Amino acid sequence: MNFIKNLKTGFIDENPVFALYLGICSTLAITTSLNNALGMGVSVIAVLVLSNVIISSLRKIIPDEIRIPVYIVIIAGLVTVVEMLIHAYSPSLYSALGSFINLIVVNCIIMGRAESFASKNNVVSSALDGIGMGLGYTVSLVVMSFIRQILSTGAIGLTNPFNESVIFNLQIIPEAFSISLFKTNVGAFLTFAILAAALAAYKNKSVSKGAKK
Amino acid sequence: MTEIFALFVSSVLINNIILSRFLGICPFLGVSKKLDSAFGMGLAVIFVIFGASLMSYGLYYLVLVPLGIEYMKLITFILVIATFVQFTEMFIKKYIPSLYKSLGIYLPLITTNCAVLQVALDNIANEYDFINMIVYSIAVPVGFMTVLVLFATIRERLDASDVPNAFKGNPIALVVAAILALAFSAFAGLV
Repeated sequence: MNFIKNLKTGFIDENPVFALYLGICSTLAITTSLNNALGMGVSVIAVLVLSNVIISSLRKIIPDEIRIPVYIVIIAGLVTVVEMLIHAYSPSLYSALGSFINLIVVNCIIMGRAESFASKNNVVSSALDGIGMGLGYTVSLVVMSFIRQILSTGAIGLTNPFNESVIFNLQIIPEAFSISLFKTNVGAFLTFAILAAALAAYKNKSVSKGAKK
Repeated sequence: MTEIFALFVSSVLINNIILSRFLGICPFLGVSKKLDSAFGMGLAVIFVIFGASLMSYGLYYLVLVPLGIEYMKLITFILVIATFVQFTEMFIKKYIPSLYKSLGIYLPLITTNCAVLQVALDNIANEYDFINMIVYSIAVPVGFMTVLVLFATIRERLDASDVPNAFKGNPIALVVAAILALAFSAFAGLV
């Protein structure tokens, strides 16, 4: 029960992207297709879980004064490893995500969780926290890329990033009616604004419901 | 000379770091509520990006390449940036206290500005020579500041307008950013 409650907090009330506005840069940039969103989400989950585990297991050794530089080095090291793995095994994903794999280093979610959670809690709960937060981020990316891909191309599809085979591809809106604006930067800002507003509206509603009771 | 001018214009207007490359959105949303702080943040970012790119460029070609450990660039650059921001903060605090007061908490926040890291990485990835590197490292933060100041002036007006409840705060700011991005996309094809 508690776990489900935690998930709800991570997805809706404290959604890292649309409610806390963390890690927005990558969200806006790479959500042009479902493939990119999933690839980025999985990379972030991997880095987040590993950095949480390492930092939480070292939390008693790291001196308080220099903790931030230590965290940065740990995170940058992990990101370098992930970048090399993606480069080696999935060149197409590597070129699609571009420099945003490197920029996971400065993704505020990872640093934020290291500072506010992993440095104070034990290894197991830090790992779980990493998974929860990472999933919240990934779901946000997927929702946004879903909207943008359908509106800009009319189709939604997924290809295997390792061998380029198409897993599924559905044409929902005829191509002639697609709005290519949503593939551009303008569409990114608009989609984000509308999703953030929708979440705020939902939260406002539940707050006023609670007040009536 | 034309080549350098083209690089400058395209980095400031066409490939604007905020509107078309989505970098540095956190300070873009966080520090744009007041024109004064937007201006101060813009200046600080110009200084930090220029200094940090210069140092990372030097370190990469003088230390990492001769040693054959180019894959260490991410760790090196992020440490250079964090150190540089720290030193800038200490320097300004000691010698220009009035500026320190007006910038306040925005200075340390620059470390997490992804634009700084991206410019340092771009200089290497695009294989710029020294002059192009200097031009690029100045042009990108100038573009950042231009958009930040423009956006802050719009946002000050936004405070006085009647916005739907759900859109209050950041969502409406993002709608404005979308319109600004639309306007800036007209610069494409300028160079």
